[in-house]
Amino acid sequence: MNLCVAKEVSVRVGAKLILDNVSVSIAAGEWVSVVGPNGAGKTTLLSVMAGLRTASGSISIDDRNLKELSPRERARLLAYVPQHPEIPPGMKVSSYVLLGRTPHLSFLGMEGPDDFRLVQQVLEQFDLATLGQRTLESLSGGELQRCHLARAIAQATPIIFLDEPTTALDLGHQQQALDRIRRLREEHQVTVVMTMHDLTLAGQYSDRVILMSEGEIAADGVPSEVFDPDRLSDLYGAHVKVLNIDGHLAVIPMAEY
Amino acid sequence: MRTDSSPPRCTHPRAASLQSEKLGAPGLLLGFVTILVAASAGLLIGPAGIDKTAAIMELLDQLPFISVDSGLSKIQKNIIWEVRMPRVVLGALVGATLAISGASYQAVFRNPLADPYLLGAAAGAGLGATVAIVTGSGDGIGTFDLVPLLAFLGALTAVALTYTLGYSSGAQRSPAALLLAGVAVASFLTAIQTFIQQQNVDTIRQVYSWILGRLNTASWDEVSLLAPYALVSTFLILMYRRTLDVMRLGDVEASSVGIRPQLVRLVVICAASLGTAAAVAVSGLIAFVGLIVPHTVRLLVGTSNRIVLPLSILFGAAFLVMVDLLGRSLASPAEIPLGVITAFCGAPFFVVVLRSSKRTLG
Repeated sequence: MNLCVAKEVSVRVGAKLILDNVSVSIAAGEWVSVVGPNGAGKTTLLSVMAGLRTASGSISIDDRNLKELSPRERARLLAYVPQHPEIPPGMKVSSYVLLGRTPHLSFLGMEGPDDFRLVQQVLEQFDLATLGQRTLESLSGGELQRCHLARAIAQATPIIFLDEPTTALDLGHQQQALDRIRRLREEHQVTVVMTMHDLTLAGQYSDRVILMSEGEIAADGVPSEVFDPDRLSDLYGAHVKVLNIDGHLAVIPMAEY
Repeated sequence: MRTDSSPPRCTHPRAASLQSEKLGAPGLLLGFVTILVAASAGLLIGPAGIDKTAAIMELLDQLPFISVDSGLSKIQKNIIWEVRMPRVVLGALVGATLAISGASYQAVFRNPLADPYLLGAAAGAGLGATVAIVTGSGDGIGTFDLVPLLAFLGALTAVALTYTLGYSSGAQRSPAALLLAGVAVASFLTAIQTFIQQQNVDTIRQVYSWILGRLNTASWDEVSLLAPYALVSTFLILMYRRTLDVMRLGDVEASSVGIRPQLVRLVVICAASLGTAAAVAVSGLIAFVGLIVPHTVRLLVGTSNRIVLPLSILFGAAFLVMVDLLGRSLASPAEIPLGVITAFCGAPFFVVVLRSSKRTLG
C-alpha cells in the first residue's frame, strides 16, 4: 500500500525549473533515500512531499491530499527534520522534544500526562533521559542529532522526512544515527524518506534509492540496480566504482591518476 | 503502520517527573514580593512628607475586616489615594505592558534586539503627540485630552503601515522584510515629527517632556484608559506562551509541527502593539523597559516563554514603579524623565546581570 504519493510535481524558481514533473510513490514501512548531485532537487522534493513548499501537482499521504489539510492535520501525518535544524538558545532537551507533541494538543493547549509519558519514553530510547535538563547548545553534534530525531519521533507520525540526517557527523556517529533510525523504524513501524549525500550509507540502509538529476528522477529502485557505476560516473561527473563487500554495497570515488 | 497519537505504555519510574517548563510558586512569589516592595516604596515615599507609619495605617484601613485610624488629614489621604496610588498603579501597568510586549516581539522575530517600538509604534505615537501639542489641542492631562488619543492612533497607524508595507515587500517569506519596513516607517514618521517640532519651537519643551516619558500626570482616568487595553493585550500574549516557544524553531520547523507562523506573528504583534500604543499614550515614550526586563528574566531563570512572559509582567511592573520613584525623588521637587532613568540605571544593571550570568540570550 502506498503511504505517500507525489504526482507530477513541478517547482519553478524564476526561469529555473527545480523539479520537473516528478512522480513518486512511497510504500508504507519503506525506507527510501533520495540521492543525487548538488542542485539535483533532493531537498526541494523532500520539502514539497512534506507540504512545506508549494508546488504544482498533487501530494497525498495516507490517501489525504496535503493541500486540503490544515498545518496541524498535516503535522499529525508527517514529521520533518531539516538539514540544519534551529537550535533555540537556552532551550532544554526535554522542552525541545516536547515541542514534537504540538500537533496533538488542542489550540493553544498544553501538554498532558500522556504527552509527558510518551516523551519520557522517547528520551530513553534516544539515550537522552539523563540529558533532559541540559540546554541544546551544550550538547555534542551526535547528541543534538539524537534530539532532532527524538522530536520527530515524539510527533508520532506514520512517515518521517529527514534532510541529510548524517550531515556534520563523523563516521561513527553517522552509523549510529542510521542504526538508530533502523531500530526506530522497526519499533514504531515508521516510513522513512531521507536525502543523503553518502551513497554507500544510503545503499546499505535503504530499501530503495531514488537518484535525481537536474530536477528529474534519473533512476528509482533497489540500491544494487540504481548504483550502476557508469550511471553514477556520468551523473556526478566523477570516476566511481561500486563494490559488493559481503553483500554490502560500497560506492567509491576513484582518483584519476 | 501507526497513524494515531496514542502513546506507548511507559512504566519507567521517571516518567512522572517530566514536566514542561512553567513559572513555579517560587518565581511567582518572588515576582509578587518585588511588586509589593516597589509599590510600598512608591506609596510611602514622596515630597509631601507624610508619616510612613500613618500611611501604612491608612493603607491597612482599606483592607477587609481591618479598621484603624491613620490620623492623616483629608489632604494627606487625598495625596495617597489620588496622587500616589494612581501613579503607582499606572507605572505598574505601563511597565508590565511594555515588558511583555518587548518579550513577545523578541519571540516572534527571534531577535534579541526587538523592542515594542520596533515596528514604528514610538515614532507614530511621537508624531501624534507632537501634532496634538503644537496645535494646542492638548496639554497631556486628562482623559479627553488629545495627546494620548493622537499618540494612541499614531502608534497603531504606524504599526499597521509597517505591516502593510512589510507584507507587500515579501515579509511572508522572511520576517526581516517586516523589520526593515519598521525602520523605514519609523524614520519617515520621525522626520515629519522633527519637522513639525522645528516649526513650532515654542512647544519644544512640552514635546520633549512627553517624548522622554513621564507619569507625573497620572490619575485614575489614565489608569482606566490603559487598563482594558493592557489586560486584553497581556491575556492574548499569555495565551500564546507555548506557541511562542514553538516559534523559536523558526518558521519552517514551526510549520512542520503544525503552527501557522505568519498568523501567530500577526496576532501577537497586534496584541503587543495595542498594549504598547495604549501605554505610550498615557506615559510617553519610556525606552528600554521592553528590552531590559525580558532579557534580565531570561538571564536569571531561563529562556522559555512560559516563564519569561509572566515574569516580565511582574518584574516590568515593579521596575517602572521603582524607576518612577527614583525619577521623582532624585531631584525633588523637580522630576527626571523616566526614559533618562530607565537608560541611566537600567543599562549598568543589565551589564552586571549579563556579566554575572552564563545563560544565553534567547
